[in-house]
Amino acid sequence: MAQLAHDMKHGGHDAHAHDHGHHDQEGLKMLGFWFFLATDLLIFACLFATYIVLRTHVDGGPTGKELFEVKGFMTETFLLLTSSFTSGLATLEMRKGNVKGLIGWLIVTVLLGMGFLGFEITEFVQYAMDGATMSRSAFLSAFFTLVGTHGAHVTVGMFWIIGIMIQLSRRGITDVTQRKVMTSGLYWHFLDVVWVFLFTVVYLSGMVM
Amino acid sequence: MDSIKQFASTFFVTGDPMIYGADVSIVLVSVAILFYLTKFKKWGWLWREWLTTVDHKKIGIMYLIAALLMLFRGGVDAILMRIQLAAPNMKFLESQHYNEIFTTHGTIMILFMAMPLIFAMFNIVVPLQIGARDVAFPFLNAVSFWLFFMGAMLLNLSFVIGGSPDSGWTSYPPLSELGFSNGPGENYYLLSILISGIGSTATGINFLVTILKMRAPGMKLMKTPMFSWSVLATCIMILYAFPALTVALILLFIDRIGGAHFFTLTGGGNPMMFINLFWIWGHPEVYIVILPAFGIFSEVVSTFSKKRLFGYTSMVLALVSISIIGFFTWVHHFFTMGAGADVNAFFAIATMAVAIPTGVKVFNWLFTMFRGRISLTQPMLWTLAFIPCFAIGGATGVMLSVAPADYQYHNSYFLIAHFHQVLIGGVVFGMFAGLYYWWPKMFGFKLNDRLGKWSFWLWNIGFYVCFMPQYALGFMGMTRRIYVYGWDRGWAPLNMVSTIGAFLMGIGFIVMVWQIIYSIKHGERDTTGDPWGGRTLEWSIPSPAPLYNFAEIPVVKSRDAWFEMKEEMAQPGYQKKPVHIEPIHMPKNSGIPFFMAVFFFIGGFGAVFEWYWMAIPGLIGIFACLFARSFQYDTDYYIPVEEVEATESALGRL
Repeated sequence: MAQLAHDMKHGGHDAHAHDHGHHDQEGLKMLGFWFFLATDLLIFACLFATYIVLRTHVDGGPTGKELFEVKGFMTETFLLLTSSFTSGLATLEMRKGNVKGLIGWLIVTVLLGMGFLGFEITEFVQYAMDGATMSRSAFLSAFFTLVGTHGAHVTVGMFWIIGIMIQLSRRGITDVTQRKVMTSGLYWHFLDVVWVFLFTVVYLSGMVM
Repeated sequence: MDSIKQFASTFFVTGDPMIYGADVSIVLVSVAILFYLTKFKKWGWLWREWLTTVDHKKIGIMYLIAALLMLFRGGVDAILMRIQLAAPNMKFLESQHYNEIFTTHGTIMILFMAMPLIFAMFNIVVPLQIGARDVAFPFLNAVSFWLFFMGAMLLNLSFVIGGSPDSGWTSYPPLSELGFSNGPGENYYLLSILISGIGSTATGINFLVTILKMRAPGMKLMKTPMFSWSVLATCIMILYAFPALTVALILLFIDRIGGAHFFTLTGGGNPMMFINLFWIWGHPEVYIVILPAFGIFSEVVSTFSKKRLFGYTSMVLALVSISIIGFFTWVHHFFTMGAGADVNAFFAIATMAVAIPTGVKVFNWLFTMFRGRISLTQPMLWTLAFIPCFAIGGATGVMLSVAPADYQYHNSYFLIAHFHQVLIGGVVFGMFAGLYYWWPKMFGFKLNDRLGKWSFWLWNIGFYVCFMPQYALGFMGMTRRIYVYGWDRGWAPLNMVSTIGAFLMGIGFIVMVWQIIYSIKHGERDTTGDPWGGRTLEWSIPSPAPLYNFAEIPVVKSRDAWFEMKEEMAQPGYQKKPVHIEPIHMPKNSGIPFFMAVFFFIGGFGAVFEWYWMAIPGLIGIFACLFARSFQYDTDYYIPVEEVEATESALGRL
């Protein structure tokens, strides 16, 4: 990855890189995206803080232990972690300059993401059918908002990656499409890391509390 | 027919003659603008030069105009409140109307006046000061502006359509929850700040990358001009603070439209959670608006004392330490929550600690002036007025930070006087200093001195007359947000004095507007590009700067780069180096930022009234714009050498 970033910085393939006194646009965008991720991370941090404050406020309603099912959230975890791995494989294919392999692994990534979302939506619907909606208690409000925000991010990420795949098939691997694959990949891994915390803070500790 | 009548009577705000007056004036002004644009065939000009621009200088000017309009709106709110409070038992405003006005006054002044004013300064100055041709992400910069603009429009629409928010600019639950605030007013508050907040976060990222990555060759971080340093520190704070506000507002909105229980009194909700999240943003926010002002004072003091800034390194350290400590003070806004002695002690001490780096800065400014050749220009006047004003405001701030004593001052007029003193005496004076200082750089002429002095003295005397009595009123037991009081309280004389002060400031503002209009025609023209004898790079180029700012990117050797260059040029035997011009890479204009913001407005307006048929298309429109932009590859162009040469020689620079 570091090598790639280096390549992108000094890649002499496009016309812009030959000009003196002009900034490396793709490098600027990578840095900007890191800062964006920092703000997004803080949004999740605030939602986690809210969840931790409110998770015992069940108001006589169902607790996490009563709701969560190991099979469901383990499947979600498995799907999302695998999608992060395939997203990494896609980047490797890009390093080799293989557009087909790159698009292929991105398709797998998106399919796994869709699988994850399918299970999550099923889980939410199940809870709602049992009467555990977000208006039932503060705990459930915090739960649905925290997990749902992550799910919304995954949804946006999927559309984004689909858009990049179309661009890749039209334009191949250029400095610009490379940077786009890198930023969307970062975003996808970031969502994976957030899920690891969700898994720990919400589901695992919910099961034992 | 009846259902239409029914709808219209709740949709439009009715019953108050002042609102009808506002309705009429809004319609008249809109018609006048439409007439002007059509009559003089200005639509194309408006679209090409302003609505689609990605030029940081033009975006800065638009921020400035919007901020001054919002200052007017917020100022009118202030005057209305002061009229109501001028004497006991006044019947000028109804209690509901008073609640709405103090809410919009605070919201507008912080989020739709102070924020765009600092962003105006960022945009106008930073790229010029660091020797760059634009910001890192010009397209995103336009998105930021239009999001701010549409957010501001949404909030300002509330007082004629649907009703204004009325639970204070801090919008504490449970008051701001359903059941206590049922109308669309609170939704307006939440959505307008959310929309403009996305823009603010993007601006933070944009200028952070700009300053980190786009400084001219040779400009090491520790050679960067102090204003740009202050913007750097501010941007880091924006990055860390705004997400907390976003979350607080979204959760409250989910409570209101989704029936959730984050901050309600029932269902296990906890209102204090909102208050914590709000101030985790809110306290850093006051440093976000004051740090750029500190940066401006540093530039102004150094230029007009004809000395280099005293204690540059300590200035940088002070900025950075304020931006860090600023995140550990938020609980001082609600010591009365009862978090316990240990928690309150921590936040009290952190708050007091902020006074140390701030004090360092004040002494550095004073030492810069010491034995300097001071010229009392308008920017310098505002800077000189700032120092005592901010010293008093800071001292009363330290008084408020003493947790046990705060139980007495909390939410009294003492607090009101304190934060107006640091926000007006600090932020507003600072931005005015910057406005006068960089005005010639923006528009190519100086603002008239005589009118400026009138405005300066009216503002300053008005300020003390208005707010000094409020400290005393606080000690006498007058609390914030009350709309009426009796004769028996003994508050009448001081309130009357305070109202007179508010009017003096209002007149000061009118004189300032007159000064601008007068100077457009009669102001002293700046033909040199360096009217003040400046020290930093923005003064090395013509006023106003050409589209590409620098024909050739300068190479920086020291802190006061332009000052050193001038010294070098004055050396005997100095030979002017030939200017070497290459094609200049520039971003293309785009209409997408404007359309995207329009979709935000449509979505936001729909969400205010919970009209999903309107909110969802708005949301889809936003994503469609994002997608359309992602598929655009032809986003920049080159200005050919001949064109740059022609521009430069027309400006007398070749």
